[in-house]
Amino acid sequence: MIGNNRYLNAVTCLMALIGYLLFAPSVHAHVQQGQAVSFITGLEHPWSGLDHVLAMIAVGIWGAQLGTPAIWILPITFPLVMSLGAMFGLLGIPLPGIEIGIAVSAIVLGIMVMGEINPKLNVAVALVGCFAIFHGHAHGTELPPGQSGLLYSMGFVVATGCLHGVGIAIGIIHRWPFGKLVLRGSGACISAMGIFFLWQAVV
Amino acid sequence: MNKNLSTTAPLVITAVTIATVLFPEGAAAHLVTTGMGAVYDNIGHLFLTPEDLIPAIAVGLYAGLRGKAIGRQTLFIFPLAWLIGSIAGFVATSLPVLPLQMLSFLLVGGLIAADLHLNDKAIAILVILVGAMHGLYNGVTLDVRQGASGFFLIPCVLFVLIAITSALTISLRPAWARVVIRVMGSWIAAVGLLMFGWMAKGVLTIVTG
Repeated sequence: MIGNNRYLNAVTCLMALIGYLLFAPSVHAHVQQGQAVSFITGLEHPWSGLDHVLAMIAVGIWGAQLGTPAIWILPITFPLVMSLGAMFGLLGIPLPGIEIGIAVSAIVLGIMVMGEINPKLNVAVALVGCFAIFHGHAHGTELPPGQSGLLYSMGFVVATGCLHGVGIAIGIIHRWPFGKLVLRGSGACISAMGIFFLWQAVV
Repeated sequence: MNKNLSTTAPLVITAVTIATVLFPEGAAAHLVTTGMGAVYDNIGHLFLTPEDLIPAIAVGLYAGLRGKAIGRQTLFIFPLAWLIGSIAGFVATSLPVLPLQMLSFLLVGGLIAADLHLNDKAIAILVILVGAMHGLYNGVTLDVRQGASGFFLIPCVLFVLIAITSALTISLRPAWARVVIRVMGSWIAAVGLLMFGWMAKGVLTIVTG
C-alpha cells in the first residue's frame, strides 16, 4: 500500500511538472537583459588567451620577487596602461606587430622572473607599461555585439587584476630557498612558452 | 475508509494541479512592470547603475584616504551636490550626451591610485562637481510619479554609502590595506579609460559612417 502511495505521489508530481512546463509563460523577470552576460564576458576574456594569462602572472610574480613597492606599482601600472592601449585600438590607431609584442612580453617577463633581475623601479614600470600597450590593443577592443561596454570593461580589468593577484600569490613562496628556485623555473617555462607564441606569430 | 481516502486524495490533487496549470492567470509579479515602490526603486536604481555607483564608491574611498576631516566633509557635501544636481536636471529635462561620467571614473580613480594629496578646497570642489554632475544626469531621467522621494532617496543612500566606504578606508591601518584601495582606484581609472575608448569609437563610427 505504501509502495502504491509513493508511486501515485511520484506520478502526481510528474504530471504537475509536465503540465507546468507545457503551459509555462515566459517570465521576463530580468531587470536589464544582457548586463550580467557583459560582465562575465569581460571577466572571461583575459583568461581565454594563454599568452595574456602567462604575461599577467609573470608581472605578479616579478613584482613579488622585487618586493615593495614594485609588488603593487607593477599591478597598478599594467591595467592602466593596458586600458590606454585598448583606447588606441578603439580609436583605430594602428600598432604594428601586436602578436609579436605579446609573445616578446612573455619572453622578457619570463627572463626577468627566471633571472630575478632587479632593475630600477622606473625601468621595471616602463617595461611593464610598454608590454601592456600591446596586450590592451589586442584584447580590449573585442567587445561582443549587444553587450554593455562598461560592464565588459569592468570584468576585463578585474580579471586582469586578479591574474596579477594570482602571480603575487604564487610569488609568496619566494621567501623560501626552494620557492625561489620554483619561481625561477616558472620564469623559464613562461619564456619558453613566449618563444612558442613568437614562433606562432612569425610563421 | 482510510484506504479510500489514500486512493482518492492523490487523484484530487492531480486534478486540481492540472486545472490550475491549464488556466494560469497573469501573475504581474515581475519587477520590470511592478517596481518595488519608491523607496526600493531608488535604492535599487543606484545599486543597479554602475555608472553612478562606482564613482560614488570611489569618492568615498578617496575621502577615506584623505582622513577623518575630509571624510566628514564629503559625507554631507556629496549627497547635497547630487540633490542639487538632480533638481537642476529635472528642470532641464534634456542634456547633451557628454563623457562626464567616464571622466569621473578616470579622475577619482586616478586620484585614488596616485593617493594624491590635494588641499581641502580642491577636494571639496571635486566632490561637488562629481556629485552635481551625476545628480544632473539622474535628474533628467527622474520618474515624475515618484514625487519628492525621487529626489531625496538617492542622496540618503549616498550618505550611507559614503559613510561606509570612507569610514572603512579611514579604519585601515596596515600599509597593504591602503595599497588594496589604491589598486581598486587604478582599476576604476582603467575602466574610465576604456569607456572613453568605447565612446570615441562610437563617435568615429557615426562620423565616418
